[in-house]
Amino acid sequence: MSASAYLDWNATAPLRPEAARAVAEALAGTGNPSSVHRWGRAARQAVERARAQVAALVGAATSAVIFTSGGTEANRLALAGGHGRRILASAIEHDSVREAVPEAEIVPVTSEGVVDLRALDALLAANPRPALVALMLANNETGAVQPVGEAAAIAHRRGALLHCDAIQAAGKIVVSLDALGADLLTLSAHKLGGPQGVGALVLREGVALAAQQRGGGQERGYRAGTENVPGIVGFGVAAEIAAGELETYAGIAALRDTAQARLLSIAPETRVFGAEAKRLPNTLCIAMPGVPAATQVMALDLAGVMVSAGAACSSGKVRPSRVLAAMGASPEEAGSAIRISLGWSTAAEEIDSLAEAWGALYRRSRVDAA
Amino acid sequence: MSARPNAAPVYLDYHATTPVDPRVLEAMLPWFTEKFGNPASVTHAYGREAAAAVERAREQVASLIGADPREIVFTSGATESNNLAIKGAARFHRDERDHVVTLATEHKCVLESVHALEREGFRVTILPVQSGGMVDLAALEAALDERTAVVSVMAAHNEIGVLQPLEEIGALARERGILLHSDAAQAVGKVSLDVEALGVDLLSISGHKVYGPKGIGALYVRRRPRARIAPLFDGGGQERGLRSGTLATPLCVGLGEAAALAEREMATEAERVGALRDCLLAGLRREVPALRVNGDVGRRLPGNLNVTFPGIGALELMEACPGLALSTGSACTAAEVEPSYVLRAIGVSDDDARSSLRIGLGRFSTEKDVEFAVDSLGTAARRLKIPSRRRGEVG
Repeated sequence: MSASAYLDWNATAPLRPEAARAVAEALAGTGNPSSVHRWGRAARQAVERARAQVAALVGAATSAVIFTSGGTEANRLALAGGHGRRILASAIEHDSVREAVPEAEIVPVTSEGVVDLRALDALLAANPRPALVALMLANNETGAVQPVGEAAAIAHRRGALLHCDAIQAAGKIVVSLDALGADLLTLSAHKLGGPQGVGALVLREGVALAAQQRGGGQERGYRAGTENVPGIVGFGVAAEIAAGELETYAGIAALRDTAQARLLSIAPETRVFGAEAKRLPNTLCIAMPGVPAATQVMALDLAGVMVSAGAACSSGKVRPSRVLAAMGASPEEAGSAIRISLGWSTAAEEIDSLAEAWGALYRRSRVDAA
Repeated sequence: MSARPNAAPVYLDYHATTPVDPRVLEAMLPWFTEKFGNPASVTHAYGREAAAAVERAREQVASLIGADPREIVFTSGATESNNLAIKGAARFHRDERDHVVTLATEHKCVLESVHALEREGFRVTILPVQSGGMVDLAALEAALDERTAVVSVMAAHNEIGVLQPLEEIGALARERGILLHSDAAQAVGKVSLDVEALGVDLLSISGHKVYGPKGIGALYVRRRPRARIAPLFDGGGQERGLRSGTLATPLCVGLGEAAALAEREMATEAERVGALRDCLLAGLRREVPALRVNGDVGRRLPGNLNVTFPGIGALELMEACPGLALSTGSACTAAEVEPSYVLRAIGVSDDDARSSLRIGLGRFSTEKDVEFAVDSLGTAARRLKIPSRRRGEVG
């Protein structure tokens, strides 16, 4: 591929070479982890090793991890049936959370894209029915990190449970089940350098859960189906590497800040979404006033720079972001925002390509407007 | 004597899972590494390249079963496909139709899906089968009524290998406006299946049962006349809203490649594996004259054998054959001590069920493997037979 700058890491990250090797090795083996013979037991062992690796990434007990086919399924499983509770979800949750609990009452966010904790407390106080709060750890579009620990404390004080979608955060910042106080937490392998097609729900001991996919009783009965052994093995390896590299990952913020400064110097009047919030080190959500996001994405793509107009799940149909609208952005402003997301192998040259292509488009748009 | 002290055990459990074909693996690898885009990221080249690969795989899967690519929904595996098909079909039609029909010998995940519907208020009929494992078509027809939403019948059985007459069932269902779902996880790629000829509306496919990867499957959903089903998960809206979640490109590519290989090689492979199986059966009969075959001998998967060694515990037999990777039945229930509910349903006594083994041969099985298996099982059976220890005969 001739493309030179991949800046869409929040959509998917490349598979880490160590994980790729582990996946390839597992693919070359055989054995169903439920089989009692030697090959089955070897597959079971590989799955359990990965379970420990994933658990370690979030500081959970190994037995707390339930493997799924990905983040969407993990969120669905976490929220299935709403636990018979009243559901509150922040306004910036991923579609997979929002659509798992369409009945959720929405907790507003600030203009920086951070959940309003006082509003959360007031909503919980207004109704004595036991609740479940869904709050993501880091937003996939803006990178804004949410005060999940404080939200969990509020939730627990009010007798509520807290579900934390940590899919974008894991592997980018420290995720600790205990520090967050989350009762349920979800992860996706391919966002942190593992393979696509595998995710996990981390379930705090004592939290009840209704199985969604029934059958052979795998994953303690919560999630039936033959385990995706190579995928799970790759997830485990990627999780272990990610956990070990969190400190260096934080360094990506410098490159992101460079990108932000350069784009701001090109278009000083623009808005960076969540700029004042605590953000993931790798994410930059920025608007080019007057230029639709789809136009920017295509122009950048022609220049070999790959970014997105928002969550990849809804791309194809590029539409103004619900997340940015919740932050008070006008439809025009939200419609001109793109998401730039970096990763562990992003090079300074890629930021140069971005700034060049974005700058050229910006200048063209000003000429056209004049 | 084919003693193989240090060799890996001979794999005779192809129904539990199959190895990934090296050609499949080779096709998959680039999609793990340099071509890693999210197929939903259609705004850039990495994403479009991945999306194109997924669509190519969709065509390959469709072609294997005579379907249109638009009728293929990728899932995380056959368990999800079965859950989606059965629950989805029943829930979509719940206002007009509240009845679901299946067989007592279906896979756990089919029965569990049906039981979940029962808890939601659906009427459920679980039909017994004949002693050979085949559906009783008259009983099936009698069970269908104007409120039946979906009938689910497995194409090829995971334990006893029998092939059900889907075409006849399809005709019965079609004339009553009932959807026919078939769990074809074991059948796809092993025997020829054509969704048009069979008249199935929904058909579940598994990757790892056809030399593809684990963690991927597909559901065929008929377009004409349209089989309407409700999604199980919501989310990003992938797979036309039926199945949200990022599609795993390498897994889709792997399933596609596995389907393409099966389409090309199925006929010759079925013949070769069938001959090996017949060889195995003849050999075992020679060694153990009392051997009994469970399930119709005439209508079964080429690689399947399910046999009772009368008076010999299957677990002891497996223990005595460390050079063979065998199972007593479904891997999902492999660790359970209860005898197979499938064997019970075809009239095998609990004692005989505890004396039964499922043997699965496949693409990489050789004559040597078969000879070794006959030899090991024969030797072990003779040793375990004396003194005869039949469990469960106390009192």
